Amino acid sequence: MRPVSGGGAPHGVADRGAWFLVLPALLPILVLSVGPLLYGILLAFTDAQSGRTEPTRWIGALNFSDLLRDTLFWESFRIGLLWAVAVTALQFLLALGLALLLDQDLRLRWPARALAIVPWAMPEVVVGVMWRLVYNPDAGILNETLHDLGLGDGRDWLSGLATALPAVIVVGVWAGMPQTTVTLLAGLQNTPPELREAAAVDGAGAWRRFRAVTWPALRPVALAITALDFIWNFNSFALVYVLTNGGPGGRTRLPMLFAYEEAFRYGQFGYAAAMGCVMVAVVSVFLALFLVGRIRGGDGA
Amino acid sequence: MRTRPAVRAGQYTALLAYLAFLVFPSLWLLSVAFKPPRELGSLHPTWIPKNPTLANFRQAFDEQPLLHAAFNSLSAALSAAVIAVALATPMAYVMARRRTLLARAASGWVVVSQAFPFVLVIIPLFLVLKELRLIDSVPGLVMVYVVWSLPFALWMLVGYVRAVPVELEEAAAIDGAGRLRTLVSVTAPLLAPGIVATALFAFITAWNEFFFALVLLKTPEKQTLPVVLTHFIGAEGAADLGPLAAAAFLATLPSLVVFALIQRRITGGMLAGAVKS
Repeated sequence: MRPVSGGGAPHGVADRGAWFLVLPALLPILVLSVGPLLYGILLAFTDAQSGRTEPTRWIGALNFSDLLRDTLFWESFRIGLLWAVAVTALQFLLALGLALLLDQDLRLRWPARALAIVPWAMPEVVVGVMWRLVYNPDAGILNETLHDLGLGDGRDWLSGLATALPAVIVVGVWAGMPQTTVTLLAGLQNTPPELREAAAVDGAGAWRRFRAVTWPALRPVALAITALDFIWNFNSFALVYVLTNGGPGGRTRLPMLFAYEEAFRYGQFGYAAAMGCVMVAVVSVFLALFLVGRIRGGDGA
Repeated sequence: MRTRPAVRAGQYTALLAYLAFLVFPSLWLLSVAFKPPRELGSLHPTWIPKNPTLANFRQAFDEQPLLHAAFNSLSAALSAAVIAVALATPMAYVMARRRTLLARAASGWVVVSQAFPFVLVIIPLFLVLKELRLIDSVPGLVMVYVVWSLPFALWMLVGYVRAVPVELEEAAAIDGAGRLRTLVSVTAPLLAPGIVATALFAFITAWNEFFFALVLLKTPEKQTLPVVLTHFIGAEGAADLGPLAAAAFLATLPSLVVFALIQRRITGGMLAGAVKS
């Protein structure tokens, strides 16, 4: 393990050392991540199925033209977008509020921070299980609380056609809020407090201080975490699998659940891979938008 | 800068509302876990169990192979964490210290890998692991977990390496230490806390992971805790609430403890990795 230098080492020798350090991680990445990704894209153009004896054939873009006419998939896709946009937006707004509060000189700050990370550490399956207990129509605390407050007898939140998706979105927000909060809080604490104080001395109100001083400093962190949140939410699986398994009547069937069933319940590997490709395409558009936004925004910041 | 009392009061109210929202589901989980069946069947459930009991825990262990599952989870998560960090640390060092094309490509991959829908990766992985006869086995799952936790491990470790001043390494070199000697006795000790934090984070992610385990592990004796937890929920969605809550509570404890240990470092590492030098 020789020269990996902090700067100006002679290049030929140094690069050989660098390769030696990089290969142990690079090989598994290529074999088990980049490889399968490319393989997956190829599969989308075949009729691959689970447990079939005939050889798999190329069928061109047939999967995609089938997919185009698959109204169930597009319905699931629509629900997935709705879910991802709603969860990401609510997560961001609530997390920003909490981060601004935690940035203040408040007494409850320490226990608040400690408690706020609980949802982050919890396994997603446990989050799902826990909220099933909360939403449970008979033994759940939500209906009981509504009853005590005189707000009616409550309902079966997760099985109601109208309530299932909003109920699931609340859980998504709950689960993702801590990470967003902690990230935004760290971003806030990197902005120099003197700036805000100077603005306050100059007579700027809270809203103006936020607009003119805090937000410009926070924006790169905010954009990054929001883009990641959107991607994570769009690809989310375990929460909704445990909460509703896509029901009632497909009202919460996110694209990941749809593709999972297609692949591992019906064995349609090729078709499910095509769905995966469509999902990647959507996510890439958002990723690109985010990168473009960051480059443009970077000029001013 | 003084804050008006009315504003302060508003801030405290808002903070308490946040705390209530974040904490009440966990408290309810605890409450259900310690309630006897009679109270669970009651039409008007209470927050605090009237006759707290451990019966749900006993029943949970009787109904599902929880110990077995915990052992599977532990071995998968531990191996994945150790291997991932061992592979990622040298690469992160190169990525942080050199601006080669490779280092930049690797940083790009870290970002792009976040966008993969798992379903596009899992189908080919499923086929590959089937060829290798690693389907339905914990080692197969570990391989997937290692690769899956590498991007984040790299991301964090790059941040930690950048936090070690290059000047320290240069000073050691001027004092006559060789490259290896510098890495081992100057860089490694300074990196150690970051490496431990990264490994623990990889441990939690693997311990909590559900999707890959669901697809890859079919035999009940080989399944990990999150998958076994879902067996408490019947096909019709009906569940034995008490044991379910008890098992869910137990499955969360290790993650919570480990997470409490490293929370500060994780946030620091995430931001450090994000800052361009």
